[in-house]
Amino acid sequence: MKAGIVLFPGINRERDMAIALERTSGHAPRMVWHTETDLAGLDLLVLPGGFSYGDYLRCGAMAAQSPVMRAVRDHAARGGYVLGVCNGFQILTEAGLLPGALLRNAGLRFISADCHLRVERADTVFAARYQRGAVFRAPMAHGDGNYFADEETLDRLEDEGLVAFRYATPAGKVLPEANRNGSARNIAGIYAPNLRVLGLMPHPEDLVDPLMGGEDGKPLFEALAAA
Amino acid sequence: MKATVTVMLKPGVLDPQGKAIGHALATLGFAGVGEVRAGKVIELELKESDPARARAVAEEMARKLLANTVIESFRVAVEGA
Amino acid sequence: MSVQPPVDATLARSFGLSAEEYAKVLDILGRPPSLTELGVFSVMWSEHCSYKSSRVFLKQLPTKAPWVIHGPGENAGVVEIGHGLAAVFKVESHNHPSFIEPYQGAATGVGGILRDVFTMGARPIANLNALRFGNPALPVTKRVVDGVVRGIGGYGNCVGVPTVGGEVNFHPAYNGNPLVNAMTVGIAAVDRIFLSAAAGVGNPVVYVGSKTGRDGIHGATMASAEFGKDAEEKRPTVQVGDPFTEKLLIEACLELMATDAIVAIQDMGAAGLTSSSVEMAGKGGVGIDLDLDSVPQRETGMSAYEMMLSESQERMLMVLRPDREDVARAIFEKWELDFAVIGRITDTGRIVVRHLGQVQADIPLAPLADQAPLYHRPTVDAPKPAVLNAARVEDRVGLASALETLLGCPDLCSRAWIWDQYDATVGGQTVKRPGAADAAIVKIEGQAMALALTIDCTPRYCAADAEAGGRQAVAEAWRNLTATGARPLAVTDNMNFGNPEKPEVMGQFAAAIRGMASACEALNFPVVSGNVSLYNETEGRAILPTPVIGGLGVIDDAAQAVGIALRPWLDLVVIGASRGWLGQSLWLREIGGREDGAPPPVDLPAERAAGDFVRAQIAAGAVRACHDVSDGGLLVAVAEMAMAGGTGVRLSTGPRDIPGHAYWFGEDQGRYVLAVAESAALIRAAEAAGIPAVRIGTSGGAGLTLPDGGTISVATLRAAHERFFPEWMGS
Repeated sequence: MKAGIVLFPGINRERDMAIALERTSGHAPRMVWHTETDLAGLDLLVLPGGFSYGDYLRCGAMAAQSPVMRAVRDHAARGGYVLGVCNGFQILTEAGLLPGALLRNAGLRFISADCHLRVERADTVFAARYQRGAVFRAPMAHGDGNYFADEETLDRLEDEGLVAFRYATPAGKVLPEANRNGSARNIAGIYAPNLRVLGLMPHPEDLVDPLMGGEDGKPLFEALAAA
Repeated sequence: MKATVTVMLKPGVLDPQGKAIGHALATLGFAGVGEVRAGKVIELELKESDPARARAVAEEMARKLLANTVIESFRVAVEGA
Repeated sequence: MSVQPPVDATLARSFGLSAEEYAKVLDILGRPPSLTELGVFSVMWSEHCSYKSSRVFLKQLPTKAPWVIHGPGENAGVVEIGHGLAAVFKVESHNHPSFIEPYQGAATGVGGILRDVFTMGARPIANLNALRFGNPALPVTKRVVDGVVRGIGGYGNCVGVPTVGGEVNFHPAYNGNPLVNAMTVGIAAVDRIFLSAAAGVGNPVVYVGSKTGRDGIHGATMASAEFGKDAEEKRPTVQVGDPFTEKLLIEACLELMATDAIVAIQDMGAAGLTSSSVEMAGKGGVGIDLDLDSVPQRETGMSAYEMMLSESQERMLMVLRPDREDVARAIFEKWELDFAVIGRITDTGRIVVRHLGQVQADIPLAPLADQAPLYHRPTVDAPKPAVLNAARVEDRVGLASALETLLGCPDLCSRAWIWDQYDATVGGQTVKRPGAADAAIVKIEGQAMALALTIDCTPRYCAADAEAGGRQAVAEAWRNLTATGARPLAVTDNMNFGNPEKPEVMGQFAAAIRGMASACEALNFPVVSGNVSLYNETEGRAILPTPVIGGLGVIDDAAQAVGIALRPWLDLVVIGASRGWLGQSLWLREIGGREDGAPPPVDLPAERAAGDFVRAQIAAGAVRACHDVSDGGLLVAVAEMAMAGGTGVRLSTGPRDIPGHAYWFGEDQGRYVLAVAESAALIRAAEAAGIPAVRIGTSGGAGLTLPDGGTISVATLRAAHERFFPEWMGS
């Protein structure tokens, strides 16, 4: 799968993402500048973490209006794969590619700590190398990761099986104490209805090397590399 | 002509910042404060002299960028209108 | 426009220039200065920019080693780390601004030190910080801690440089004067280091970054004055940071640095355009003409004086090759940053500033630098406190209870509440996060090697005996690097002291430097960069002398780095001599209720021998976990290892000739606790090298079994350890 990483001004986890993609696929991803509009030849577009436009106004709001986002929308409409992590997830919701919004963390503080994610379904190209119900660890690093959507939208996400990952205890229990940012129904990541667009807050790309504390995030990228 | 866009979280969306401000006010001894909501005010200097057109363009800006209508509502005031 | 005050000795005094200094200005110019010129002299000759009180002492510090590429005098220190790469690093204080406006003060402190590092061509890869706050019982302390922590996180997280380490202490001496020292480490190619010396008559002087506003005018002189009761009124001079612009500036500068366009580059830090232009031209031995009409401005009607002294953040000054102006402009436009040619390099040896068609300043650069004031301030040595006899200090509480109290006290409790607000993983190279090892370990992307980074000082030791404390701070930094297996390379120092015009304060300064110099010499650990922050006083009361030491080491294989987390069924061995030194220990303060005695001395040859031995053992793969013994002594070190690994320890009985509490909580220096599979071989090797080594216990189980019969579970320890910050800050 040929991957491209979309660079918005203020993004800062593009190198982490490039390392994870290259480590698992053997190919360096293409770096795509936010003013580019021709994404031909790319199968997967990754919107990485960071602070696009300083998170000023609202996280992801200004990046969502970039020229490249029209191309990202077209790519998604054609059934192309899109992965948004952290700020990338925020951009995808601001751009309307995923429902809901990411509000300030419930405690009003930035949270940089490992969390545990329960895999809600494994029959997607992103989660194929995990088992359903499995738990993996991922660092989170965000001030605005509190997933919000109205009840109707949340019910629809559940009914259609579009919840990708939930914050859980290491034993896999979906409990309030595992949900440090206060997300609705412990939601950490969601899919678009075609299961080809994924947004999530934590950073699997920062846990792909035993040296950095583990390889819990590696299966996600291995699955993408194999697809 | 100046337009002012006020952006607030919609009723029903949790506003932890407003909650924290309310808590701090109570700690400072301000009794009788009910719900506190925090929002944003954005002032726009527009090259436009017709208030109706100014309002229309400011509303479009609010819908497209200044507010996220999934979670926020907005109000536009045009100077002298 | 506002009416300009008459430029005379009275105005000069209010700008911080003494009568003698003003007389020197008149002499250099041969006429009274303009307001802008007076501004230039006052900031260049401020304590902050000129080091006029500290220079004579700083010269005593060793600054050379075969691996040192640039020592003090550049924007940051540069040391060679192998594979054609260099580490570029420095620590800098933002103490005064952080008390006035904690969030912005701390945030702009991080921004400033980042610029010092990337200005030299290095990509910043890690931030650390050393913080000192007042009594936690005061509401103001809580406000300052909250703001400073948010500010450091707000800036560092946004620019995408991981904050990987730091330290925090509380003491009432910092009530009105907290310390915020920020350290940045970057990586550059050895042959691509950028310096600030301007060259090339006719070359364009280029301004890039944010626009100039009236921010922080006279910040450099504010950093050189004591706080009075009017600190509140000084609020408007505090600058506001914009980490988003800083991030763009980092990327744009590094992109430009990959070309051959830059002749010289310098960030606009304290005293902004003045110090950057004066230093660049002065170091290059050339002249500089500035046309302020071309300076990108955020506000209208700014005067030359205001533009020259503005401390607006996120700005850089560069001298470019004339044929590369367009290349540079295109890069900065791509990153949506201001780019303006604001002057030329000349051969006049003068700085000439024009604004609105008039010359506002015309100063010869050589005397501005050469005749900068240099003071040999009088010093008085404080009497040395007597050594405390541990046998005369009674233990009324027992080991278990004291341990629980110590682990929960503000100076020793878990800092997780703080570091959870700092992004420690961005960049994907963080091998040991905060708390995992004695030093942070950050791998160099694309290499097997990693940097080990630490920042240390024990102010209570320095207050009791500044020379012993200065020596200890250097030794502890060296020890923390060693405990991970790293080879310590060099030091950056941040000298935080009170009013240098007081002989007792200057005496502390001189003594601390003596102590630091002796340790740097003995440990082959030179000082390559640093910062001096004086006048840390509020209403005449000085802070504890706080010479903060940032240490950098390298470990050739990041996979060999050792952390503190204990696993079950290992032998614990303490390396180095334990004598039960209770003077100035945390046990004495927190349990005994006394802050007295002489601080524990550092025996430099023994320090060196123990450290070299430990490093060799780690390199040989014999060590599973290692932790230096510092605040709280041996039992606290063991408890920290137990909590980190989630396993208990059965401790052996200590020596008979030392009281139990003195043995287990004494703070003798030069010691490490090593966890190994089998202690006999280690102890034999240590004995062969003449280094004290004693087996003190075995890991396993769910709690600590203490030699006096007490037991305490790891869960209880953790609860005590983690309680303070969340309860205090209410979250």
